[in-house]
Amino acid sequence: MKRFWSGLKEYRKECILGPAFKLLEAVFELIVPLIIARLVDEGLRQQALPVVWRCVLQLVLMALLGLAASVTAQYFAARAAIGFSTALRHDLFAHIQSFSYADLDRFGSSTLITRITGDINQVQTGINLGLRLLLRSPFVVFGALIMACSIDPGSALVFGGVILALFLIVFGIILGTMPLQKKVREGLDSVTAATRENLSGVRVIRAFVQEENQSERFTRLNRLLTKIQLFTGRLTAAMNPMTFLALNAGILLLIHTGALKVDGGGLTQGQLIALYNYMGQILVELIKLANLIVTLTKSAACARRVNDILLTPSSQEDGEALLPEGPVSLSFEDVSVRYSATGDPSLEHVSFSAAPGETVGIIGGTGSGKTTLVSLVPRFYDVSAGSVKLGGRDVREYRLASLRKAVGIVPQHAVLFRGTIRSNLLWRDPDATEEELREALRTAQASDVIEKKELGLDEPVRQGGTNFSGGQRQRLTIARALTGRPAVLILDDSSSALDYATDAALRRSLRELSWKPVTLIVSQRTASVRFADRILVLDDGACIAQGTHEELLETCPVYREIHEAQQELPSDEKGGGRR
Amino acid sequence: MNNKTIRRVLAYIRPRFAMALLSLLLNLLTVVLTLLIPILVGRCIDCIVGPGQVDFARLADLLVKAGICIAAAALLQWLTGLLNNRLTFCTVQDIRQDAFRHIHRLPLRYLDSHPSGDLVSRMITDVDTFADGLLMGFTQLFSGVMTILGTLVFMLTLNPLITLVVVVLTPVSLLVARFIARRTYGMFRQQSVTRGEQTALIDEVLGNEKLVRAFCREDAVVEEFDGINERLADCSLKATFFSSLVNPSTRFVNALVYAAVALTGALTVLAGGGLTIGGLTSFLSYANQYTKPFNEISGVVTELQNALACAARIFEMIDAEPIVPDPENALSPESTEGRFSLEHVRFSYDPARPLITDLNLNAEPGKRVAIVGPTGCGKTTLINLLMRFYDIDSGAIRLDGTETRGIRREALRRNIGMVLQDTWLPAGTVREIISFGRPEATDDEIIAAAKASHAHSFIRRLPEGYDTFIPENGGSLSQGQQQLLCITRVMLRLPPVLILDEATSSIDVRTEQRIQKAFASMMEGRTSFIVAHRLSTIRNADTILVMRDGDVIEQGTHEELLAAEGAYATLYRSQFEH
Repeated sequence: MKRFWSGLKEYRKECILGPAFKLLEAVFELIVPLIIARLVDEGLRQQALPVVWRCVLQLVLMALLGLAASVTAQYFAARAAIGFSTALRHDLFAHIQSFSYADLDRFGSSTLITRITGDINQVQTGINLGLRLLLRSPFVVFGALIMACSIDPGSALVFGGVILALFLIVFGIILGTMPLQKKVREGLDSVTAATRENLSGVRVIRAFVQEENQSERFTRLNRLLTKIQLFTGRLTAAMNPMTFLALNAGILLLIHTGALKVDGGGLTQGQLIALYNYMGQILVELIKLANLIVTLTKSAACARRVNDILLTPSSQEDGEALLPEGPVSLSFEDVSVRYSATGDPSLEHVSFSAAPGETVGIIGGTGSGKTTLVSLVPRFYDVSAGSVKLGGRDVREYRLASLRKAVGIVPQHAVLFRGTIRSNLLWRDPDATEEELREALRTAQASDVIEKKELGLDEPVRQGGTNFSGGQRQRLTIARALTGRPAVLILDDSSSALDYATDAALRRSLRELSWKPVTLIVSQRTASVRFADRILVLDDGACIAQGTHEELLETCPVYREIHEAQQELPSDEKGGGRR
Repeated sequence: MNNKTIRRVLAYIRPRFAMALLSLLLNLLTVVLTLLIPILVGRCIDCIVGPGQVDFARLADLLVKAGICIAAAALLQWLTGLLNNRLTFCTVQDIRQDAFRHIHRLPLRYLDSHPSGDLVSRMITDVDTFADGLLMGFTQLFSGVMTILGTLVFMLTLNPLITLVVVVLTPVSLLVARFIARRTYGMFRQQSVTRGEQTALIDEVLGNEKLVRAFCREDAVVEEFDGINERLADCSLKATFFSSLVNPSTRFVNALVYAAVALTGALTVLAGGGLTIGGLTSFLSYANQYTKPFNEISGVVTELQNALACAARIFEMIDAEPIVPDPENALSPESTEGRFSLEHVRFSYDPARPLITDLNLNAEPGKRVAIVGPTGCGKTTLINLLMRFYDIDSGAIRLDGTETRGIRREALRRNIGMVLQDTWLPAGTVREIISFGRPEATDDEIIAAAKASHAHSFIRRLPEGYDTFIPENGGSLSQGQQQLLCITRVMLRLPPVLILDEATSSIDVRTEQRIQKAFASMMEGRTSFIVAHRLSTIRNADTILVMRDGDVIEQGTHEELLAAEGAYATLYRSQFEH
């Protein structure tokens, strides 16, 4: 947890001053019973009116000093708590940005989201309250013990006994609930996951009329959560009555022994009242402490969860080299990929190369490893054996940022981000000019998307791009990849939502790109790859053939089969012959 | 200050009214017993005047009485705690439940226009904050009010004059607390809104983290995040600091009350006004106890402010206008012939921008309707309308001659099988995913459906076959595999009408060929709408609709449309232009 708390260092001043002022406030509070004892013994019993007045004025003074001290303390505590958690939130978010694909696959997004939102909020509350009360409460408790000792050393036994009993109760219950708090969190996680899932899948759920079943599933999870909460609450609810019991038993004992001492002349009535008052202060503070500890255990559990993520290093090492500007060549040398140590390889012994400006088509069945293959170029995943080279050097030697800047990728899922069309297009290259954006849109056949919108490039995009159709989104994601002229362009089955006319126009304009990128096109359609300089045919992770369209038609039966399936056009079709 | 929200919260407590009442009663008893203790202690102190002046017999009697009070109060306090827990957690459970159910009653218009991260934050974080506030509120508001009233009664029996001092001065602390609370409400709301904004960003970025990686946007998203984070820090600091002023200020007022009681009490004792020193001790103890609940109540008030700000956001969602309910006499046909007709349909997402102005089409039972057209022409919208995800503005959509608005949505959708372009799979085992639409399906049926859609072979190769757990968003399944599962789950249900939205676009051709065959037999006798880009699909259609800008511009068979040399002919030929 060292790294975790190191963020508090910046708030060292606040972390010291906050509790310090709280202690000061406590001191003023501890003086009050002494003033009252004097009021009784010297004022009332001696019938001295001036003493009464002086005592009352002292009480007012203590109140004023206490106010000033505690307001100052609250300010420092709030500053430290919020400053720390703001920095923590930033650290966590930034740390997640360093995770590799494999790390992200492992954690899953909903866990990461709860940790960065709910968990950190809880940590913030914990620190704020902790700074305010964690020192103050024990101080008042032991302060009361010491003050009581100074009045009557014999009462220390009663005070000590009560404090010990209270601590046992409080900590026993706290420790008992600790593992339960964790379960509560887990229950909440599953309720969160179900909610998210239902929001993202609402169309399918309604189409399949599964609203009822989903609600029932949610009800089950929700009930389970309530059950754990109730169980945990049962333990926590025992805390207050038990402390109350212990403390008041102490008071009765105090009065009983006090009576004997007063009778023997070892103690005055006023002093007995002061002892009684100190006991009362212990209760108030211990209740605060107990509540504080409940909050702190929650916060500690959250802090650990946040820390787990922070301590997970990125599983990918960054390289040093910078990729040169301008066109580069790409080669795969006997590349194999295995996602897990035990599983079958996803890609086996694949080799090919492409000179600047060349296009490589990749075709193959579902799960044949097409996406895995293209993921290796920007190092979304790393090879298990062999080497992927860009400009003659292994991609692992390059700095990731430099490598990925050189790769424009269009993913299968066309996702846009909240903002405007412009802000989405500027993703790859924030410095792209208006003319460059328009050129990218033209190449991606997306100019009409902009023209149709009132605000053009500044048309707002909703989260997930839901205010655009699938085809529009796909063309915009293509334009996004083209912006900034990447040296390698990867289209991962990314014309699937386009109609044939648009797809054909897109392919034509991609072939004419002036800056000669190496283009990798993953597709199901031979039409999309037939003009590639080289086509790889993948089957179950192996490259079973490579060559040009014509060569493959000759030599590769699988390719021929795919091609013919798409070409089954009747020859007598009029207008079909403009090949 | 927020009566509507409070009324909504109370409505949730009503079902457990008896429990709330019992909690109130136990609380009252606890308070009475707790308040008796200072009086008994005061009397004890009066028995202990000085050396040789201790009345031990009376003292023993008083100590026993106090002991009984203490034990009983502790027991009751514990029971009240249990009741309050139950009350709170169950109420929260109900609210989450209702919020969740309401998700499925909300029109897609609402869901499409609210970031899902924001809605999740309302249902989880806000409900949680609300729960903490309510729990604290319940436990403390009750006992606070009781203690105040109880103390008042006990004090009056001791000395009316000093009681008056306490009663006149204490409300000042309440006023101070209210003053602060009113000023912090806006800050808490601001904090809640900013948090929602941040959650939406987190949701978006973490949900698409791989894209962020692909585009090296790490620094840019962190920067955007930091912008919101700083604003959040700013309004959190204000909300936290100003609300934390409540305790010191009320404590200050209380300390003044304490001093005033000491003064008037001392003066009364000196004047021989019938107040003993023990009585004064009880009074000081009461002055503390009397003001403490005001502290707590004001603490609760701030906490409740926060809780209410959260509750308001939750209820905004729960109370959002639901879909127009199915009419009473709505039909729920078990099955349909599948005759769909659209007459003069007019629809737009935004009234300012007309989309579909006059759409007409007729799908005869068992016919295959292919919809083609440039992207953004309204194909997806048409699906939204057929499924009644959105309702049309005017015109009519009829199924077997009955307007679909006169058919229960459930029944309508049960009759339609849909495979969307964007795959969505719930988290679960492959078996659960396939039987999503028919949870009662047997293993044999599931396997038969998977074989029919040619998903069986890849499923079998998964680590645990049909029992392999697939996380949300498909996990490591390829896009094509996910689509195969989407098709399989429709295969399992085989409704009389099918809507296929470019479903097979990511599946390799060899598999697709087999699926097409399976589809062909599945579509036999079923009305099918296919948003298609494949010529083989289109050519086999009975009717082809060519859409542009929300309207059907051409309609006919493949041959007819080619002969017409219109938009379709151009579109068709372009496939072979390179």
